[in-house]
Amino acid sequence: MLDVMDSPTHSALSRTLLQEVRMLASQFQQTFGRVPSFMEVCGSHTMALARTGIKKALEGYVRLISGPGCPVCVTDQVTIDAMISLTNGSDRIICTFGDMMRVPGSYGTLMQAKTEGKDVRVVYSPVDAVRIAEQHPHQEVIFLGIGFETTIPILAAAVKEAEEKQIHNFSMWMSTKLVEPILRRLLHDGEVLLDGFLLPGHVSMVMGREHFEFLATEYGLPAVISGFEALHMLSAIRHLLMSALKQRAIVLNDYKSVVAEQGNKQAKYWMNHYFTLCDEAWRGIGVISQSGMDFKKEYDRFNAKIKFSVSTSEPRRTKCRCGEVIRGLIDPPQCALFGKACTPINPIGPCMVSSEGSCAAYYQYMREE
Amino acid sequence: MCVGVPAKVLRIDGFSALVDVMGSQMNVGIIFVPEVKIGDYVIVHAGQAMSIIDEQYAKESLEEWRKLVDARRDG
Ligand code: SF4
Ligand code: SF4
Repeated sequence: MLDVMDSPTHSALSRTLLQEVRMLASQFQQTFGRVPSFMEVCGSHTMALARTGIKKALEGYVRLISGPGCPVCVTDQVTIDAMISLTNGSDRIICTFGDMMRVPGSYGTLMQAKTEGKDVRVVYSPVDAVRIAEQHPHQEVIFLGIGFETTIPILAAAVKEAEEKQIHNFSMWMSTKLVEPILRRLLHDGEVLLDGFLLPGHVSMVMGREHFEFLATEYGLPAVISGFEALHMLSAIRHLLMSALKQRAIVLNDYKSVVAEQGNKQAKYWMNHYFTLCDEAWRGIGVISQSGMDFKKEYDRFNAKIKFSVSTSEPRRTKCRCGEVIRGLIDPPQCALFGKACTPINPIGPCMVSSEGSCAAYYQYMREE
Repeated sequence: MCVGVPAKVLRIDGFSALVDVMGSQMNVGIIFVPEVKIGDYVIVHAGQAMSIIDEQYAKESLEEWRKLVDARRDG
């Protein structure tokens, strides 16, 4: 099947879909007197839209606004600082997803801590961190658990493994985020004018299409769940335009091969087994109540925030405007540091570090030389 | 960060499976897709299979796009 998906007829299909999208976008402009704006919630979409050239090809036709969908970009500075200062204790191994290594804390990065001799390891899966704990019974292994609904069940899977194997030197410092509360917040604040959402395929495969119904029923906006290939995204944007033109608020699943109506029941079961809703601080936005998940009381023994204390001071202020970028208020080039003081080699903010950050995507694919 | 990659299931053993991801093999957890069978394609994220790809739907959307192209050409 996958070779079918790769065949050369694809580029022909993409071209036709692109024309179709442009035509519908022009119709929208004629009808409503402005360019339609859609927000892609997810960082993988931001990257994929830039890399495939779709974002550029639609300039002047459709405004695609990057949303708050990269877990690295939305983690607030105090949390980043706390995670970095965790490396200071003795006999500790800090395990993390690779994206976190270069995120600038107020004082240094995880990468610098590693260079200074701290034991910081990049793992592909949190379960690998449990294995490391098994191999180093006299050290404390702490996993930095960031992520959205796609990743939260995977964090649960690691805790499950540690529980079953009775591993006592494994814990997690959780800072997870949920998509629904942040979308509600953005819509509630009404700072950006939106005509619809391109919904993240990966989060949706866990949460299901029905989870996003509220966008249509409560906010009157269309939304389409999309995959990550050029064809998927063009098809989803086409559906969005058709709904927006007809002023029809529906939540459509355009990625049925992967996303089920109710999502993945097992994944939802396990995330709710270990974790419960908690308030979370979002970069540039502040604390949003019940917008993340952390350990339930009965699993305190796996909760690194209970096991270890860290001290952080007031985070250092920079001119980075990531907070506005992730709310869709400005495009990266509107930040004075973009491409000058702040580049992927020397990033000032997380949006330039993360492989899915809006600033990084812009820098790599959208810059006018 | 949740770059889900498609992988083909080669062997199942208990709560994990050996999968092929673009030519290289790795072990992934399958507690979220207990119904998975050998030969299925799954989406893997951070070491866990998160969804079984429904080939029927994948083919259908391709069909739908093809029809659109044909309609454009004829119209
Ligand atoms: S796929 Fe997951 S990690 Fe990646 S941007 Fe979307 S929500 Fe974030
Ligand atoms: S360009 Fe750099 S400094 Fe400016 S908002 Fe993006 S990450 Fe922050």
